[in-house]
Amino acid sequence: MRNLLTIADLSSDDLQELLQLADRFAETQTRDVKKVPALRGKTVVLAFFEDSTRTRTSFDLAARRLSADVVNFSAGASSLSKGESLRDTIETISAMGVDAIVVRHRSSGAPQQVAQWTDAAVINAGDGWHQHPTQALLDSYTIRQRFGSLEGRRIALCGDINHSRVARSDVDAFTKLGAEVVLVAPPTLLPPSLEGWPVSVSHDLDQVVSDIDVAYFLRIQQERMTDALFPSVREYRAHFGLTVDRAKRLKPDALIMHPGPMNRGVELDPAVADDERAVVLDQVAAGIPIRMAVLFQTLGPGQFESEVA
Amino acid sequence: MTVVLKGGRLLDASGERSGDVCVDGVTGQIQDVGPDLSGDVVLDASGCVITPGFVDLHTDVAEPGREAADTVQATSEAAAAGGYTAIVVMPRNGGDRLADLADLEALGRSAACEIVGAGTVSIARDGQVLAPLGELADHGVSLFCDVGVGIQDDLFMRRACEYLVGLEASLGRPLVLAQHCSSAALAAGGVMHEGAVSSRLGLPGCPAEAEELMVMRDITLSRLTGARVHFQSISTAGSVAMIRAAKAGGLPITAEVTPHHLLFTDESCAGFDPATKVQPPLRTAENVLALRDGLADGTIDAIASDHRPHTDDAKERPFDEASSGAVSLETGFAALHTAFVVDADEGADPIGTAIEGAQHRAVVPVAAEHRRSLAELVALLSWQPAEIAGVADRHGCLIEPGRPANLTAIDQTLQWSVDRSDLRSNARNTLFQGWTMTGRNRHTVKNGKITLENGQVQR
Ligand SMILES: [Zn+2]
Repeated sequence: MRNLLTIADLSSDDLQELLQLADRFAETQTRDVKKVPALRGKTVVLAFFEDSTRTRTSFDLAARRLSADVVNFSAGASSLSKGESLRDTIETISAMGVDAIVVRHRSSGAPQQVAQWTDAAVINAGDGWHQHPTQALLDSYTIRQRFGSLEGRRIALCGDINHSRVARSDVDAFTKLGAEVVLVAPPTLLPPSLEGWPVSVSHDLDQVVSDIDVAYFLRIQQERMTDALFPSVREYRAHFGLTVDRAKRLKPDALIMHPGPMNRGVELDPAVADDERAVVLDQVAAGIPIRMAVLFQTLGPGQFESEVA
Repeated sequence: MTVVLKGGRLLDASGERSGDVCVDGVTGQIQDVGPDLSGDVVLDASGCVITPGFVDLHTDVAEPGREAADTVQATSEAAAAGGYTAIVVMPRNGGDRLADLADLEALGRSAACEIVGAGTVSIARDGQVLAPLGELADHGVSLFCDVGVGIQDDLFMRRACEYLVGLEASLGRPLVLAQHCSSAALAAGGVMHEGAVSSRLGLPGCPAEAEELMVMRDITLSRLTGARVHFQSISTAGSVAMIRAAKAGGLPITAEVTPHHLLFTDESCAGFDPATKVQPPLRTAENVLALRDGLADGTIDAIASDHRPHTDDAKERPFDEASSGAVSLETGFAALHTAFVVDADEGADPIGTAIEGAQHRAVVPVAAEHRRSLAELVALLSWQPAEIAGVADRHGCLIEPGRPANLTAIDQTLQWSVDRSDLRSNARNTLFQGWTMTGRNRHTVKNGKITLENGQVQR
C-alpha cells in the first residue's frame, strides 16, 4: 500500500488485512513496553491544515509507538496562511526528506492532490466532506471486536451524512466488509444524489431503531441550522437523536457509536452516552492499533514478524 | 503592401469554392479573389480552407490587475493562433467602464486581433445601479455584461432590459444584454456540478436548476420588454430546451456554449484537479448531449471560449479554493474540429484517439447525428457570433473584394499535441493537456495584416 487516500482504493481483502494487522498491534499495546522498532529511522510529518487534536494525537502516538520520528506541522503557524499554494507547502515539506505525510485538510480532495506533489507516502487523516479512512477502519475494528465480523450486520448511520467524511468512508468500509447500511436523516442532510451508494435510506429513526445492530450517530454542526437544513436543535434531537426512550427500543446487544466530539443532549442523550452499549471510548482506543497498522503498511519495509514480534 | 493567401479553398456564409485571396494591408480590405493571384507576400494556403476570422463572444483578460496570468497582448496572440480576428473582452472591474474601455483600446492598438470591449450593465457589476448604458452605446458598445453569475435582482434586470430597448430604437442598431445565468443563492458554495459525482467526492455542487431558474426568468423578461438577451456558456439540458422554445416563440434570444461543455463531463473532477474547475461547471453526459442537440438544430448560435486565464499558483490549490475557468482560445477550434468534424476510420472514435495521452478523458463520444461539417463549425465560430457581437460589418464577412480582410486559413489535416507549456498565453490552465488534435490555423490575417504565419504569431 503506497498511500491511504480513500476506502474506495481498498479491496475487502485489504481491509481485512489491515484489521488483522491492527489485532497484532493491539496485542503489542498490552505489553509493558508499548514501543516497537518497526519504523525506526522513518520520519512522519503530521500536516494538519485543519485543527483536530484527537486525530493528530492518535496518529502521533501510533507513529511514536512504531519508533518513527514525528514532526508536527500545523497550518495556522505556516506560510500557507500567507497565501503560499498548497503545492509549494508540500514540496517544501518533501524537500526535507520525510517518509510519510499525514494530511488533514478542510478541503475535499487535498490529500489526493498532495500525493501528486510528493514522493512520500500520503495518509489521509480526513479531507473536507470526502473521506476519513482511518476513522472508517477504527469503526470497523470496533464493530468487529464486538460481533466478530461485520458480515450481515445492519448498521444505521444517522445524522448529517452530506457534510460528513466519516459517513462517506464508513459506508464504503462497512459495505465492503459485508454489512448492510441504512442512512437515517432528513433529505436536507443527505447528499444530493445517492446514485451508486450501496445503502438504503430512511427519514425516520423510529422505523429503523429496533432492528439494527449498530446505531452510529454523526456529529451535527449547529451552524447547519442557519443554512435552513433543520429547524432547531430541539427538533433535531426529537427526530434524529438517540433519546432514552429510543435507546430502550434498541436491541440489547446493539452498539451505540459516535465519532466524537459529541454534542451531549443532541445526538445522544447524556444518559445514553453512558449506556453500556455505547462503545465511543473503544472507538478512540482502536485508533492507535489501526493507525499503527496503516503506517506500517504504507511505510514498513517488511513483515510483521521480523519488524515487530 | 498586399498579401496573397494562395492555393486554398474558400468557405464563407455563401458556401465553398476555390480561389486565392489578395488582401491590402493599407486599406485593410480584400482586394481580389480568384485564381492565380500575386502580391507582395505570398502565404502558402495549399490544402487549407480559408474562412472569415473567428469572433469570440466571451474572453476574460486578466489585465489590468493580474498581468501574471495574462495581458491583452498575450491573449490576442493566443487568439490569433486560434484563428480569431476579434475577441469581445469582458469587463473586469466595477467603476468607470468608459475609462476602462479607453485603456483597453490603448492596450489593443498593438494587439494581434481586434479587441472589442463589452459594456457593463451596472456600475459596480453588482446589479445595483445602472451603468451609463447610453454613453457606452454611443461609444460603440453593442454587448453589455456584468460578468460573474448574472443579474440577481428581477426588477433591476427588467429595468436594464427596458432601457436597452429604448436605446436600441434611438440608435437603430441591436444592443445585447449578455450573461452567465446562475441563481447565486441556489448555487451558493458550489464548486462543481451537483449530482452523483459531487455527492461521492464530498464537494458542494451547483445544481443545473440554478442556471435554469435564471434562464427562465430572462426569457420571461425578454418577452415582457422585447430586449435582446444573450445566454453565455449555457451548460444544461433544461436551458437548451427553454431557449429552443423561446426562439420558436420569436423572442430575440441567442445562446453560446463553450468547447469544454460540449466535450467533458463532471467525472473529469473525480481526480480533484482544479484544471477541471470551470464556471458553469462541467456537467453530466445527458447535459453534454443536449448541448450537442442544441448545436445541431440551431438553438445554440455560437461557440464561445469563456477563456479565463489563471496562474498555476491560483490553480494549485485545493479544488474548492482554486480559481475557476480554463484558457481556450488556442485549442477551441482544434478540439471541436477533432471531435465533431474529422472523419474517423470505419468504426473508430476520433475522440478516442485524440485523448489517448490526455490528462482529462471523461469525454462523451460523438454520435453520428452530432457530427458537424466544417462549414457548420465555422458558422458557429465566425459569422454567427459576429452578428451577436455587433461586429458583422467587419468580421465574419463574405470573402469578396471590398470586404474587410479578416481571415484565417485552416489546415484540416495537421496533427499536433497540446502541451500546456507551449501555450501562447501566460496562463496554462487548459483542459486539453495531452490531446492529439487534428486541424490547426495556419495563417490569420487581421485587417489585411498577417497576425499568424505558418503557425507563428507575427507582431
Ligand atoms: Zn465568463
